[in-house]
Amino acid sequence: MLDATPRESVMERKGLVANPCKTCQPVGAIYAALGVHGVMPHSHGSQGCVAFHRMFLTRHFKEPVMASTSAFTEGASVFGGGANLKTAVNNIFDVYNPDVIAIHTTCLSETIGDDLHAFTSALDIPEGKRVIYCSTPSYVGSHITGFASMAAGFVDHLAEQTGTSTNRLFVIPGFVNPGDMRELKTYLDAFGIDYTMMPDTTGVLDTPMTGRFELYPKGGTPLAEVKALGDARKTLALGSWASEPCANALKRKFDIDFDVQGLPIGLQATDDYIMALSDFSSLPVPRVVDDVRGQLVDSMLDVHQYLSGKRVAIAGDPDTVIGLTRFVLECGMIPAFVGTGTPGGDFQKKIAALCAEYGIDEEACWCKAEVDYFELHQRIIQNPVDLLLGPSLWKQIAKAEDIPLVRCGFPIIDRYMHPLMPIVGYRGALHLLQMIADTLMDRQDRLCEDCDLEFVM
Amino acid sequence: MAYEVTEERGSSHAKSPMETVLDGYEAKSYKNRKRHMVTVDHALETPQEITANVRTVPGLLTHRGCCFAGCKGVVLGPVKDALTIVHGPIGCAFYTWGTRRHKAVPGDDGLNLVPYAFSTDMRESDIVFGGEKKLMQAIEEGIELFHPNAVFICSTCPVGLIGDDIHAVAERAEKKFGVKCVAFSCEGYKGVSQSAGHHIASNQLIRRVIGENDTPPEGKFSVNILGEYNIGGDGWETERLLRRCGIEVVSVMTGDGAVAAMQRSHMAGLNLVQCHRSINYIAEMMQTQYGIDWIKVNFVGVKSTVKSLRAIAAYFGDSDLSDRVEAVIAEELADIQDDIDYYKSRLTGKTAALYVGGSRSHHYQGLLRELGVATVLAGYEFAHRDDYEGREVIDSIKVDADNKNIETLHVEPVDGKYHVRFSPEKLEELKSSIEGMGYYGGMVKEMENGTLMVDDLNHFETEEFVKLLKPDVFFSGIKDKFVLQKSGVVSRQLHSYDYQGPYAGFRGAVNFAHDLDMEIHSPIWDRIAPPWRNRPLLNGDIADAAQKSEGGEK
Repeated sequence: MLDATPRESVMERKGLVANPCKTCQPVGAIYAALGVHGVMPHSHGSQGCVAFHRMFLTRHFKEPVMASTSAFTEGASVFGGGANLKTAVNNIFDVYNPDVIAIHTTCLSETIGDDLHAFTSALDIPEGKRVIYCSTPSYVGSHITGFASMAAGFVDHLAEQTGTSTNRLFVIPGFVNPGDMRELKTYLDAFGIDYTMMPDTTGVLDTPMTGRFELYPKGGTPLAEVKALGDARKTLALGSWASEPCANALKRKFDIDFDVQGLPIGLQATDDYIMALSDFSSLPVPRVVDDVRGQLVDSMLDVHQYLSGKRVAIAGDPDTVIGLTRFVLECGMIPAFVGTGTPGGDFQKKIAALCAEYGIDEEACWCKAEVDYFELHQRIIQNPVDLLLGPSLWKQIAKAEDIPLVRCGFPIIDRYMHPLMPIVGYRGALHLLQMIADTLMDRQDRLCEDCDLEFVM
Repeated sequence: MAYEVTEERGSSHAKSPMETVLDGYEAKSYKNRKRHMVTVDHALETPQEITANVRTVPGLLTHRGCCFAGCKGVVLGPVKDALTIVHGPIGCAFYTWGTRRHKAVPGDDGLNLVPYAFSTDMRESDIVFGGEKKLMQAIEEGIELFHPNAVFICSTCPVGLIGDDIHAVAERAEKKFGVKCVAFSCEGYKGVSQSAGHHIASNQLIRRVIGENDTPPEGKFSVNILGEYNIGGDGWETERLLRRCGIEVVSVMTGDGAVAAMQRSHMAGLNLVQCHRSINYIAEMMQTQYGIDWIKVNFVGVKSTVKSLRAIAAYFGDSDLSDRVEAVIAEELADIQDDIDYYKSRLTGKTAALYVGGSRSHHYQGLLRELGVATVLAGYEFAHRDDYEGREVIDSIKVDADNKNIETLHVEPVDGKYHVRFSPEKLEELKSSIEGMGYYGGMVKEMENGTLMVDDLNHFETEEFVKLLKPDVFFSGIKDKFVLQKSGVVSRQLHSYDYQGPYAGFRGAVNFAHDLDMEIHSPIWDRIAPPWRNRPLLNGDIADAAQKSEGGEK
C-alpha cells in the first residue's frame, strides 16, 4: 500500500498536492443547505460538480442527498449561466416544489463572473417561494468555508427582524453529523432553552427506514425559525471556521451578539458549552448533565492506563481537529501530528496553545495547516505513532504502516452508522473514548504473546 | 404541476407508464424528455429512434457527470504507471481519488499510482495570474518523487476559462525532464456528459501513447481488452479466462492498465471492445492506423461470455485454439452450473430496472435473463444513439453545438505499422460469420416489446417509474441507491457493485447472482413496519387505566 511514497525523507513541495486533506467549497454549501427544511440545494456550475458532491455526501451519510444543477455547457460558459439558471429554477419549482432554492456558485461560474444578485433578481419566483444564493468559489478555502458561506447566506437572505425578541438562542452547530446535532440539542433541552439550531441536518441525513422516500424529509431548521433569527437574543457559534461567518452575518445585519466556542469535543470543550447554556439561561446546570459528565470522567480514569503516553496523529477539518486534539490531551495522550487541509485562521497557534496548556513540548507536536495526507504519511514514516484519528482518508496510511485508525469527522466513506453517533458532548466523548480504548486494547490483545494475553483488563 | 400532483396522476391506468410520467412536466420539459423515452416495439416498420447525447435540462436532477469525470475519472484514472495531475481547484482531484474501484497492482516496474490523487490545488491568485507556473512546478515535483512512466495533465473548468495552455506546459516539461507528458483538455463544461471526456482521453492516447513500442507479443494469439476498467476485478477475471484459453492479453485499456503496455498495444492481433461507449474511438482508430480488427465482446453473463470466447476463436481461425476455448468453456460451465441453477430457482419471476452509464444497462440484461429476471426498464446516463439503436445509425446522428467542439481525430494508416491480416474477401466472410466484428447492435434489439428505454433518466422519472413499474430490483448508482432503498425497493449499485465483485465471466456471474439473491431475500425487508403498526389502537381495561392514571396524580 502506498508503495510509491518515498520513505527516506520528506520532500517540501510548492506545486503538487498529493492525497488532499480538504475538498472544495460547494460540497459544504450543499450540506449546510440540506440543514434547512424544504430546501433544494442548487449548484450553479457544470453538472459534474453536483454529481461529485451528491456522490460524496451519499457515501458519507448513506442517505439520499438531493441537489440540482445549472448544467453549464460550453456555450453557457462563454455567454454566462443566466439562461441555464432561469430554466433550472423554473423546472425545480415546477417538478420538485421546494420552499427555497439555495444556490451556491462553483469555480466555473465564479471565474466567468456570473452575477447571482442580478440573475436571481430577474427570476420569476412563485408566490411564497424563495431563491437565495451564496458565493463558494472552489479555489478559495475548503468545504468548511462553503458550509460557513451557505449558513451565512441563509441569514443574509432570509433572516428578518420584527423588533419583538423571541429571546431565543441561535446555535450554529458547525460542520458536524446529525448525531452530533442531536447530542447538542439534548443539553439545550435539558436546560429548557428556547433555541434555533441552523443548519440542522437531524431528520434529514439520518432518516429512519419507513418504506417511503421523502424528497424533503421532516427534519431541518423550519423556515419560519430561520426568518425569525433576526429576533434572536444571542448566537452561540460552535467552531470558528464553520460557524463564525454565519454568526457574524447576523451581527452585521441585526446587531445580535455572538460567542464563538470550539466544537464541544471532549471534557473541557463540552464544559464550556454547558457553561454557555447556563449563562444564557441564567439557570443552574441540570443534574442529568452532572451525571453524564461524571460518567465520562469516571471512564477516562478507568481506561487511562491504556491510553496514557500514546502518540496520536490527528487530521481532518480544523474545528474538529482542534476539539480532538484537546480531548487527546485530556486523555493523557500526545498529539504527535496534527494537520488540516483547510487554509486560513490561527490553526497552528490554537494547537500550540493547547499543547502548552498540557505541558507538551513544542517539538513533540508537529502541526500544519494546508497539509496533505502524503506529507503526513512521509512524516509518520520518520516518526511512527500509535494511533490515527480522523476521516477514512487515513485508511491507506493505516494499512501501509499498520497503525490502528479510529474514524471520526468527515468524510467517513468506508464505514456505516458514524453520522448517527455523536463525537461532541459528554456522550460523544464517551463514544470516542470507547472507540479509542477498544482499538488500542484490541491491538494489544492481537499482538501480545499467548502467555501475556490478559483475560481481564 | 407540482411534485405532489404527479403522484396522483401516476395512479391513472389509462395511459402508458411513459405518458403518465411525462404528464408530470410542463410543455417544454415534456417535449424535451419525450424524445428520450421509447416503449420498445419491434413490430414497427421503421426502427425506433431515441434522443441521446444531448444537453441535460437544467434543474431536473440529472445523474450525469461531466467531461472531466469521463476523461480523468473513467479512462485515465486506472492507468497505474502515469502520474495524473488534476490542474484546478482541489475538489475534482479529491472526488476522483480512490472511489471508482478500478483495482490495480504494481507492474513489473513496481509502480502503482492508483491509490494517489494529485492536484495543483489552484487558489485565487492562480485563477487571476494563471496557473501554468504552478503546474510546471507540480510536474517537476511529481517526477522527482515518483519517477512515473508518463505524466497526464487533466484540466478542470477554470483552466480552460483563464486560458492556461496545458499542452504547451506539457511539451516544455517533456523536453525538460525527459518524461512523456500528455495534456488532456477535459474541462467539465465540455460536451454534455462524461462521454466527451472519454473521447478526449481516447484521442490523446491514440496521438501520444499507442503505437510507440514495436515489441511483438510472445504468443500466437494476442488481444487488447478495450473499455474494461477492472471495477471490482472484472478485468482480472476476464484476463484469467483468456489466458486459460492460450490468448495473450497485451494491454487492457485501461483497467489495471499501464502506459508501457498501451505503447505496444498496436502489436496485438485483435481488439476486444467491452465498453463500446467509452472507447469505440480507439478501436476504430487503431483499425485505420494499424489494421487491427475489433470485436464487440461482453464478458458479463454466462451466454455472452461463451459467445465472446467463441468469437475470438473464430476470428483467429485456429482449430487448436478453438478446442482449448471449448474445453475451457465446458470446464468453467460445469463449475458454475449448480450455483446458477440454485440462484435461478430463487430469482425467477423477479423484474429489474437498470440505469447505468453507457454499457452496463445492456450488458447485465442477458445475465439477469439467465437468472430468470426480466428487465422492465433500461437507460443510459451518457450513451449515444448507437448504444441504444446500433452502429448503423451513426451516420444519421446530428452534430450539435455541444458535440461539434469535441475533436474527432482523422487518422491514416501508419507507415510500416499497418498490418494486413486478411484478404478483403476473407474479412467480409469473418464479418458475416462473427457477430460483433466491427459492429455493435445496441441494447434495443435484445429488449422485449413493451419494456422501456429511457435516456438520461432523472430523479423525478426514477421515482415515478418505480411507482408504476414496481421493479423488484433497481440497478443504478450511489445517488439513487438510498432513494430507492428508502422507497422499499432493492437497489444494487452497478457502477461500484456495492463494493463486491468481480461480476465478469463465469465465476463473476455466480458472484452477481449471490449478491442479488442475498439482497432481495434479506430478512430485514419483512420487518420494516414495527409490530405495533397493525395492532388495535386501544388495548386493556379502561377502568384499570383510569385507576392507574388517578394513582399517578396522587
